[in-house]
Amino acid sequence: MGIFDVYLLEALINGVLLGGVLALLSLGLNLVFGVIDVVWICYAELIMLGMYAMYFLSRVYHAPMVLAAAICIVTVGVLGVLLHVVVIAPLLGAAPINQLLATGGVLFFLQSAATILFGIEFKNLGVRLPVLKVAGMFISYARLLAFGAALIGMVLVYLFLRRTYTGTAIRAIAQDRQIMTLMGVDSRRIYVITSALGGGLAGLAACLLVLQYDVHPFVGLTFGPITFLICVLGGLGNFGGGFVAAFVFAEIISVGGLYLDLEWGYVFAFAFFIAMMFVRPQGLLARRS
Amino acid sequence: MLELTRVRAGYGSFQALFDVSLEVRRGEAVGVIGPNGAGKTTLMRVISGLIRPTAGSIVMERVDLLATPPHRIVEIGIAHVPESRRLFPRMTVEDNLKMGGFLPAARPKARRRFDFVYELFPLLRERRRQLAGSMSGGEQQMCAIGRALMSEPKLLLLDEPSAGLAPVVVDLVFALVQRIRAGGVTVLIVEQNVQQVLRIVDRAYVLKAGSIRAAGAAAELRDSAIIREAYLGV
Repeated sequence: MGIFDVYLLEALINGVLLGGVLALLSLGLNLVFGVIDVVWICYAELIMLGMYAMYFLSRVYHAPMVLAAAICIVTVGVLGVLLHVVVIAPLLGAAPINQLLATGGVLFFLQSAATILFGIEFKNLGVRLPVLKVAGMFISYARLLAFGAALIGMVLVYLFLRRTYTGTAIRAIAQDRQIMTLMGVDSRRIYVITSALGGGLAGLAACLLVLQYDVHPFVGLTFGPITFLICVLGGLGNFGGGFVAAFVFAEIISVGGLYLDLEWGYVFAFAFFIAMMFVRPQGLLARRS
Repeated sequence: MLELTRVRAGYGSFQALFDVSLEVRRGEAVGVIGPNGAGKTTLMRVISGLIRPTAGSIVMERVDLLATPPHRIVEIGIAHVPESRRLFPRMTVEDNLKMGGFLPAARPKARRRFDFVYELFPLLRERRRQLAGSMSGGEQQMCAIGRALMSEPKLLLLDEPSAGLAPVVVDLVFALVQRIRAGGVTVLIVEQNVQQVLRIVDRAYVLKAGSIRAAGAAAELRDSAIIREAYLGV
C-alpha cells in the first residue's frame, strides 16, 4: 500500500467511527421529533450537561467510569423528561414556531446556567486512551470505544422499538397520532417515555464524547448544528435515513479533511448539505407518500 | 349494553349531532344508516372517546364513558374500526395487530388472539410480514377489523367498512362481520351501503343531519318510505 492509500484508508475508517457516534446523536433527536413532533433545539445542551456530569462524577467524586456513565445516562434521561413535562407538554397544542422558540430559549438558558455554575474553563477527564497502530494507521482507542458503545446503544434501542409493546407504540404514534387512544394507548405516557429515551441517548453520547472532547458551556455548538443537519438530511423523523446520513456526513468530513485541513471537511459537509436541500429536500431516504 | 342519551357533539362551532339517543343490546347487530354528512362518523367517535360530546350521556354496562379517559374506553370492551381504516401504513400486518392488543390485559392472551384473527382472515397470516400500507383496500379493511378484535372486545364499532371496496370484496367483508357477530361480539355498524347492511343487522337507526329520524327492525326499514326520504331528500 502506498502512503497515500494508507492515509485514505485511515480517513475512511475514522469516518466510519465518527459516523457511529453521529448516528447515535441523531437517533435521539429524530426519535423525539418523530414521536412528539417537536425539535429539541437544546438537544446538544443536554449532552453538554451530561459531559459535566461525567466530569464531576469521575474527576471530583472519583466514581468508576462505568458507574459514572450509568449515572450520566440516567441523569440526562431525567432531564429529558423534565424538559418535556415543563416546557414541551404545555406547548403541545401551540404553533410549531413557539415550540422551536421555547426549546431555543432552553438552549441559551442552559448555556448561561452552565457558565455560572461551572465557569468557562475547558475541563476534561484527564484520561488519555492509547492510540492503536495497525498496518501503518493510527486509530484512536477512544474513537473505537465510542463507536462500539454507540452501536450497542443503537442496537438496544432498535430491539426495544421492535420487540416491546411500548416500542411498537412509539413507532405507531409517529404514523398516526389521533387513533392511538383507540388502541388503549395513553399518548402522554408514550411522550414521557420517548423523552426519557431521547435524553438517555444524549447521556450516552455525552459519555462517549467526553472521552475525546473537553467540556465547556458552549460545547453544544460543536455537536448541535451537525446533529440537526444530519436529521434533516435523512428526513426528520426517519430513523433509517438519519442513520445513513450520519455516515455520509462523517465520511465527507473525514475524507474531505484529509486533502486539506480538518476544518475543510466540515466546509465540504455543510456545502453538501445545502446542495442536497435543492436536490432532495425531503431527505435521503424519503418515504413514499 | 350501550346506551346513548340525548348526545350532542360537534367540531368547534359546527354541531354534528343533535340529541341523539340510541341503544345497543348484548348480542345484537345494529346499523346506523344515513347519507353523507349525517353525523355517522361523529357518532362512532363520541362512543370510542375520540371526541367528547358537549351534552348527553353514554353508558356501557353501567360504566359512564364520559367519566372514562378516552384511552381506557377500549378496556371496557369497545373496539372501534375507524373510517378509512387508519392502519399504521409503514408497519407490518403483525405489528398493526400487535397494537390492537396493546392493553396490558390483552397481552397474556396475545398468542390466542393472533390465532383467532388469523383463522378468521387466513390471508393476514400469509401477509403478516408485509407493510400494511402496501395491501389492497379489502386486505387493509380485514387488517383493521382484525386489529380491533385483538383486544377481545364485547362491542365492535364499524365505520363504513365497505367504503371504497369492490362489490365482491364488500360481500366478503359483510359475511365476515356476520361471522364475528355469530362468535358472540355485539356489532354497531355505520354504513352508506343501505340495502346490504340491512341484510346483516337486526335493527337500524336512520340518521340525517345529526338527528335520528327513524328506527326499527331491519326488515321493516328495508322497504320503508323513510329510507327513500332520507336518501333522496324528498
